[in-house]
Amino acid sequence: MGTISLKNARKAFGDVVIIPGASLDIRNGEFVVFVGPSGCGKSTLLRMIAGLEDLTSGAILIDGKDMTEAAPSKRGLSMVFQSYALYPHMSVRGNISFGLKMAGMPKAEIEAKVAKAAATLNLTEYLDRKPRQLSGGQRQRVAIGRAIVRNPEGFLFDEPLSNLDAALRVNMRLEIMQMHKDLGATMIYVTHDQVEAMTMADRIVVLNRGNIEQVGSPLELYNRPDSLFVAGFIGSPKMNLISGKPAEKFDAHTIGIRPEHLGISLKDGTWSAKISLAEHLGADTFLHVDAGPCGMMTVRAAGEYDAAPGAKIFLTPEPDRIHRFDKDGRAIRK
Amino acid sequence: MATQQTRTLGKLAVSPSVLMLLMWMLVPLSMTIYFSFLRYNLLDPNPICSLLTPGALLDAENRCLAGFSNYSYFLTDPAFFKAMGNSLKLVGWVLAISVASGTLLALLLDQAFYGRGFVRIMMIAPFLVMPTVSALVWQNMLMDPVSGFFAFISKSFGLQPIDWFTYHPLASVIIMVAWQWVPFATLILLTSLQSLDEEQKEAAEMDGTPPLSYFWYIVLPHLIRPMTVVILIETIFLLNVFAEIYVTGTAGPAGNLPFLVYQYGLIANDIGGASAGGIIAVILANIVAFFLMRMIGKNLEA
Ligand SMILES: Nc1ncnc2c1ncn2[C@@H]1O[C@H](COP(=O)(O)OP(=O)(O)OP(=O)(O)O)[C@@H](O)[C@H]1O
Ligand SMILES: [Mg+2]
Repeated sequence: MGTISLKNARKAFGDVVIIPGASLDIRNGEFVVFVGPSGCGKSTLLRMIAGLEDLTSGAILIDGKDMTEAAPSKRGLSMVFQSYALYPHMSVRGNISFGLKMAGMPKAEIEAKVAKAAATLNLTEYLDRKPRQLSGGQRQRVAIGRAIVRNPEGFLFDEPLSNLDAALRVNMRLEIMQMHKDLGATMIYVTHDQVEAMTMADRIVVLNRGNIEQVGSPLELYNRPDSLFVAGFIGSPKMNLISGKPAEKFDAHTIGIRPEHLGISLKDGTWSAKISLAEHLGADTFLHVDAGPCGMMTVRAAGEYDAAPGAKIFLTPEPDRIHRFDKDGRAIRK
Repeated sequence: MATQQTRTLGKLAVSPSVLMLLMWMLVPLSMTIYFSFLRYNLLDPNPICSLLTPGALLDAENRCLAGFSNYSYFLTDPAFFKAMGNSLKLVGWVLAISVASGTLLALLLDQAFYGRGFVRIMMIAPFLVMPTVSALVWQNMLMDPVSGFFAFISKSFGLQPIDWFTYHPLASVIIMVAWQWVPFATLILLTSLQSLDEEQKEAAEMDGTPPLSYFWYIVLPHLIRPMTVVILIETIFLLNVFAEIYVTGTAGPAGNLPFLVYQYGLIANDIGGASAGGIIAVILANIVAFFLMRMIGKNLEA
């Protein structure tokens, strides 16, 4: 059932190496999120798994079987594309049933499956509409419906929510997570939004320039980033990274401290800083401060913090929340 | 054009071209209609019936006014039915050939291969050749039963060369005209193919679509619109094919409606009859256009 393994999978377009060699084991029923900045190769890696891109070298095992050379439709995977890629001239019904029709499934069975998928996705009343007569969210659902009916071992999502507005995105996020719970299928989900990654994933795979930087649960990545890149990428607002003199005191080339792990005091502290800007979000206040030798830093103050720009404050990092990195950006662990 | 002002401005802006078009179309059309009701033959020893002597219409002996007799004469002429049949066959076959081979060629040119850019440019060439020139080339260099290239091929296989223009005059004209119009269809269909969404191809691939089904369910529906556009534009031009028939001298067996009008007017010098024929051709073309527009309208909506 639905395990997916990459064995040193490599991808190059001509001379340009996009994925130098990725190894990864995805367990059955797991929700894995690929996250990384734009252009880091997330889509490419996902498409390699889907079979839409050939591997330059290495292997892909699905369910324990070598699928490196298998056609996309033979891999037991369904894909949901960023632009949905619905067939514009087919009705919703036609779109959802197309894969089954191509697989030569009997009509009655197709009908039943489409009806069931449509019911789960609240699409029943739209079955005879064309994609262009649907809203973005409904189109997204059709794309998911098309993936579901094939009853795949695994689902591949390539930034499926990036074309939706913020409110709808939160909704669809919950629906996809619910669907994952109900189906118990393996899911790989690509996004560049680390909040999406943190909220949805069982495990997150952080990619940087085609390399897998770190694999772990959201909290593992949050609490124990292996590298400067992961530290800077996971968490919102970003971790404060300080190098130079202040870091040397901690025997590190660079230290990192998250905005939520800095204590604020008006009297004394490790570093002194001057408030330059305050963002009031209601539940929290984010202070952007100028901390002299430490550079610009972001600090979270719980609740409504009455801060005047220019005011002087003192910051104290929670000692066991300080992340230390060597000069290659690798984490130093005690 | 939301406000009254922009609408007025818009109307004002297009008015010169509308006036121009009106003059361009209405004047010849009215003149043709006028002539079609006259007994006006250039061989008439007393050609008093013409545009220049409108008083002739009121002539006491009513020698000029022909009523509908020009129309009834043209419509009952056996040559009319033959010409109309030829027109329809020509349009139908050329459409079928150009759309079918245009689609195949477009599919081929959509693939990546070495020298594709050059081949694409060469593809357009036939479209740029003047009909008269193309007819001469086909007649003398390709289809000639003695010195033509086709005859050479036939002979090298030990076969009897085909005397195209004697035995298959209409087919010859159809082949020549189709050759000119295939590039047009190819070009339009190719641009449309290139606009087919890449992710849709991949979705079809994920759905395990075999190539023929892919063509049938994904590509063809995508091409329907450009195909209707090709059909509409080609039909308009194909109804007017003249040079190929004139140059190859296949008028007898393969003459179409425009050619019949030409025969009435410039060979028989019967201006009245030719005008009536012209008006009939216009009416028929409009009927065809009406159905085509409805078909296209339906497709453009979808
Ligand atoms: N067909 C191709 N030929 C050459 N380079 C390519 C090709 N496809 C992708 N690339 C390159 O591979 C790199 C990774 O692309 P990819 O689409 O996987 O990025 P991504 O992580 O999905 O980014 P985004 O978040 O913007 O979607 C990019 O630098 C891109 O330019
Ligand atoms: Mg991408």
